[in-house]
Amino acid sequence: MKETANSGQVSVRIIPCLDVHAGRVVKGVNFVNLIDAGDPVEQAKAYEAQGADELVFLDITASSDERAIMRDVVERTASECFMPVTVGGGLRTVDDIRAMLNAGADKVSLNTAAVQNPDLIREASEIFGNQCIVVAIDAKRVAPADTEEASPLRSQKGSSPQGDGGESSGEEPKLTWKVFTHGGRKETEWDVIDWAREVVRLGAGEILLTSMDSDGTKAGYDIELTRAVSEAVEVPVIASGGAGTLDHLVDVLRDGKASAVLAASIFHFGTYSILEAKQKLAGAGLPVRLPLEA
Amino acid sequence: MRDKAPIVTVIDPEMGNLRSVCRAWECAGAQIRLAATPDGVEESAAVVFPGQGAIPHCMARLEKTGWAQTIREWIAQDRPFFGICLGLQTLFEHSEEGDTAGLGIFPGRVKRFRLGPEYKIPHMGWNAVRFRGSPPPLTDGIDLERDQFYFVHSYHVETAEQGLVWGETAYGYPFVSAIAHGNCYATQFHPEKSQAKGLQMYANFVKSL
Repeated sequence: MKETANSGQVSVRIIPCLDVHAGRVVKGVNFVNLIDAGDPVEQAKAYEAQGADELVFLDITASSDERAIMRDVVERTASECFMPVTVGGGLRTVDDIRAMLNAGADKVSLNTAAVQNPDLIREASEIFGNQCIVVAIDAKRVAPADTEEASPLRSQKGSSPQGDGGESSGEEPKLTWKVFTHGGRKETEWDVIDWAREVVRLGAGEILLTSMDSDGTKAGYDIELTRAVSEAVEVPVIASGGAGTLDHLVDVLRDGKASAVLAASIFHFGTYSILEAKQKLAGAGLPVRLPLEA
Repeated sequence: MRDKAPIVTVIDPEMGNLRSVCRAWECAGAQIRLAATPDGVEESAAVVFPGQGAIPHCMARLEKTGWAQTIREWIAQDRPFFGICLGLQTLFEHSEEGDTAGLGIFPGRVKRFRLGPEYKIPHMGWNAVRFRGSPPPLTDGIDLERDQFYFVHSYHVETAEQGLVWGETAYGYPFVSAIAHGNCYATQFHPEKSQAKGLQMYANFVKSL
């Protein structure tokens, strides 16, 4: 029998993220042929048809009323889409998690609540299984000068989110990142690598890692951050923040050792299709699942 | 064409949401009956077991509800059965997960992946399945060379009974990702999360009833 394209590796995943507020997708989405472009279910179906590997809904307000609306969105999506769906945003208790899983989410993503109450990770993963529990980590670089009395040489470096270390000469300053919560507004005491190890120890089955330095820049993912976390933990790491071109996806999957990439605007605005992204990844030698039309 | 959709009983171990599994089987042409206990299962054309959670808890539920014995008899009678994920793993003798005895229907054991650090655990995402033997009707419409299915698991089946193995998947090394024995099928992957090709597999099964 002929070898399949697969050679012992799982395909890297492309995961579009939809921000949902009060049951509607916020930020314009530029797909044609959508009956209702603001309807999350319509968009989920469009992404499924394009060959997205999974989908994330981020509930960006998550007041209790809106969470009920979100459950309805998840229920409708689970009835019409047959791919894994993760829901994040404002989930604070085991009951919140249970409600989303019962609505049809395959996984939930915990962020601030996990930092405030790490035991929630352990409790939820024991009840629902590790594979259901994604911990989202918002990471920001800390200049070495902030963490120790550093030389002037060191304090000049380390603030650039895009520095790949290639231009440095002499001693390599050790990069460090701090965990932020509350949508990036609040700094915590946690070092990102320590926190990543801790959440996995507690039972997280996956880490959704967002670089606050890169997010919104369209200048590329934080490769060093992603690689450092991926090498520190056994579970898959989803890279997020900074995608602007398809090369950025290749870079973070190959050099950053991410298992998956989360992206919003490059797909929402129709800059690239999922298929184009996958063709790019396949061309770079990464294992992908190509949609039917490919 | 039949005028009535066949009744398929989905075992509900009451450990989580079965909405997408049930919905997928409905899309595949089945009429779903969700059942926490085996009462009334005789009238069904098939039993579907979407195992969930951790295997020790799942096995305890099967024993408590009477499903354990019913599944053994159902498969012994070669009545149509489809197991998914834990619904595959529980059919074997033993699992390393919590050192748990399985249903013991087929010879073999469930082991944790033993892989180098370059392999993430759980094995999560889309991977290919190499289906074996004369193509059974369940793979009609599936491109055996390139279609992929969605996996999420840290443990996998090992069996010396090669005749059981319907499909293998490579993750570091090849492991058993699907079995077939008469009218009993079980997959490690989740057809209900595998978009059109997963639904196709369910539809093929329903068509065979």
